Amino acid sequence: MRRRGTTVGGGVGNLALRGVSKRFGSTAVLDDVSLEIGAGEFLVVLGPSGCGKSTLLRAIAGLETIDAGEIEIDGARVDHLPPGKRGVAMVFQGYALYPHMTVRGNIAFGLKNIGTERAEIDRRISAVARMLEIEHLLERLPAALSGGQRQRVAIGRAIVKEPKVFMFDEPLSNLDAALRSRTRQEIANLHRRIRKAMIFVTHDQTEAMTLADRIVVMNQQRIEQVGTPLQVYRQPATIFVATFIGSPAMNILPVTRASGSGTLQWVRLADGTQIETTACEASLPEQGALRLGLRPESVRLCALGDGQTKAVVDFVEFLGDKTHVFLSLAGGDHLVVLDGASCQVRAGESVGVMFDRAATHLFDAEGRNRRLPG
Amino acid sequence: MPRAVIAGCRAKAVASHGQTAATSTRRAWSASRSEARSGLLFVAPYLIVFTVLLIYPLFSGIWLSLHKADLFGGSQFIGAQNYARLFRDPVFLTAVRNTLYFVLLTVPPLTLIGLGLALALNNRSRWSTLLRGLFFSSSVLSVTIVTLIWRMVLIPDGGLIANLLTAIGRSPVAFLSDAHLALPAIAMTTIWWCIGLPMMLFLAALQQVPQDLYEAATLDNAGWWRTLASVTLPSIRRTALVVVIIELILQFQLFGQAQIMTLGGPNNASLPMVLFIYQVGFQRWDIGYAAAASEILFGIILVAAMTQYFAARGREPR
Repeated sequence: MRRRGTTVGGGVGNLALRGVSKRFGSTAVLDDVSLEIGAGEFLVVLGPSGCGKSTLLRAIAGLETIDAGEIEIDGARVDHLPPGKRGVAMVFQGYALYPHMTVRGNIAFGLKNIGTERAEIDRRISAVARMLEIEHLLERLPAALSGGQRQRVAIGRAIVKEPKVFMFDEPLSNLDAALRSRTRQEIANLHRRIRKAMIFVTHDQTEAMTLADRIVVMNQQRIEQVGTPLQVYRQPATIFVATFIGSPAMNILPVTRASGSGTLQWVRLADGTQIETTACEASLPEQGALRLGLRPESVRLCALGDGQTKAVVDFVEFLGDKTHVFLSLAGGDHLVVLDGASCQVRAGESVGVMFDRAATHLFDAEGRNRRLPG
Repeated sequence: MPRAVIAGCRAKAVASHGQTAATSTRRAWSASRSEARSGLLFVAPYLIVFTVLLIYPLFSGIWLSLHKADLFGGSQFIGAQNYARLFRDPVFLTAVRNTLYFVLLTVPPLTLIGLGLALALNNRSRWSTLLRGLFFSSSVLSVTIVTLIWRMVLIPDGGLIANLLTAIGRSPVAFLSDAHLALPAIAMTTIWWCIGLPMMLFLAALQQVPQDLYEAATLDNAGWWRTLASVTLPSIRRTALVVVIIELILQFQLFGQAQIMTLGGPNNASLPMVLFIYQVGFQRWDIGYAAAASEILFGIILVAAMTQYFAARGREPR
């Protein structure tokens, strides 16, 4: 569900946002965002383009002013401080390395500006260069580095300042697929070693699921849900989260309430099939449309007579290790089913369909998930 | 292939192979020649204009400078005598000194003020847009208008500066008839007139600097000066070089302002080289001598621009 004016997150935060809002003219780019990040936590902010995730990051860094709310780091309010005084470091999407400075110059620049002693700068640069394996690149200019090497230098420039919070603004989006996967692992390793709070902004759910301690899912300038990767996958708070996370996306089917009492509810699909779900009767609205959410892996194909309902296969995608089967139900609904590598069905065939009751989600007209947690 | 027939299959294969290789080399050679020909066709229109309007006059000017030539009469080859005469001509030497002094008075301020204005106006506010237009507007005026405006500013009898000086109880200064002030006054006029171009070039360069570099610098605790010195200036170094070279070339050719405002006076104190060349060539009709002076001006500009270019390039990171 959309959180308004409430603090989301657990424990005493290393970084806390309270009711942060930002507008450009009449357009809201951040709408009453509250969030806490624990010391040493890896938080991934995930959302589609234009959802406000980068603005959130930039507001924390001080690169954008905020119109309302508070930002605290280690218990001290920082939203009135200039970016350099907030104790944060950022890795930019395009790395933003100073092109005319050597790698050493790039890493040293921030330390020189705060008057760090020469010997201390050298010591820290050596330590960081060793950690990131860029010792042999220190005297080179950024133009002479590959994308992956630039990325490391950008990370080194952040680490060397020993900030309280690290921020990454879509840092993997400029890398090719192979390098992206490797760099993702390196960032995870880095976090394990330095154990500092990290905020990582991305639109890529794989990055979010693999890196995060907790994921913040944003949509339309607001936080939709905050939770562990498993929570946002298994218990999506809203229909947006349900469909944004997971590939193929969760199936959403319009349903009507049939019967039920207590925590067991029966809902009816357009073709008349009744499906059992676990939603508390009291939490269901008296009126209004309901939508049933089913992950592709929660639907099974079976022999025509054995299923809860039947469907016609529209299209089959063989992916080697798994198969995506696209179905049409009699009522006009469409479904995608995740099947194994040995799937034998062909387009045009009629098949039986079974639903996993325990994995159904019921969304109300506002898109909020009414399924009982657990 | 007669030899191959006699010597058998192997020799035949070898010969045939050799011939194929030779043919393909010939083909490649002819292909590259035909490519060169069509390439030449593409550049021909420019080359023709460049040759007729620049290369030919340059060499014909050099040839002319070796003659004693009258604008209306014949010419006589006299070798380097015109050059020897020039180096003994006190008026020409004054003109060279004046020109160098004028370049010194205008090029550094044009570069620095242009940069300063660009830095100050490099934002999206309405005022900046207005001021950018305003500062550039003087560049579109013709030299006659500019000098007319500045004469009204500079004349001791009711001019703007004279009025201001009178208002604070000082006596007016006759800028254009004072040997020490005439050239600085022309320089001031020129800076006012020409400031638009350097400003625009610097603005264009500043807008090319990626915004995230400034953001990284802010996060790195760099103050305004530090950011200017470590991020902005290194990023626009090439443009600064272009501005200096363009302005060097332009200001060495000072003519209109001096011609209209002072006629090179008083006592040649504001006589620049181009005005000297004009007077010699078109008032005294001694065009061989004028051509020789032109070649010297050309040489000076070439040396100044090249020195600046190589000096700046030497500092570029590889």
